[in-house]
Amino acid sequence: MALLNARDEAEVRKQLGQIRDPVKLVVFSETLSGAADLCAQNEQLVREVAALTDKATVETLNLAIDRERAEGYGIERVPAIVVEGARDYGIRFYGVPSGYEFSNLIDSMIVASTGEPGLSEETKASLQALTIDIDIKVFSTPT
Amino acid sequence: MRLAQHMAVASDRVRATAIEATEFPDLSRAYRVMAVPKIVINDRVEFEGALPEPQFLAAVLQAAAGNGH
Repeated sequence: MALLNARDEAEVRKQLGQIRDPVKLVVFSETLSGAADLCAQNEQLVREVAALTDKATVETLNLAIDRERAEGYGIERVPAIVVEGARDYGIRFYGVPSGYEFSNLIDSMIVASTGEPGLSEETKASLQALTIDIDIKVFSTPT
Repeated sequence: MRLAQHMAVASDRVRATAIEATEFPDLSRAYRVMAVPKIVINDRVEFEGALPEPQFLAAVLQAAAGNGH
């Protein structure tokens, strides 16, 4: 059964029309873990979203098997999604992105496709002047 | 997450991770997530609720300066 209904699909397709350059969604799952059901749901959601634009591709990896790739991305848990544009910008989703995080997944695909963040010039200048790595974790719930 | 992911695109130094709190109770406990959204920067600066861009940036810079609490 589809996770997105026809109305969702129409809305998401419209938003994904803003994608400029190709994006890649790298999905990490683990079929033998306790999170197998969530991983399957996550993978299905990503595939349904990617099907709504011709500019998104999906790669599915297994956390237990594709260890080098997981380490390269810094992925330690599943389900996980890496959103890449022209390069890996460091955007990660842990857990099935539903509710508010679903909107952010769509937004992340758009911003990764352009490489042009919707931030003020002052903010961008401050971030570009950073001399240490910054890790931002955003905890949320589906509702 | 929106501001965080735009910041990640703006700088190679920034990584943004959205975490679904109920699916990862161990992480939620470790980071004492009582309300959402909760933002944790470099494990040292944290706040709850959505902040406007200038205040969010200030939190990032505070974490970068290493003087978080």
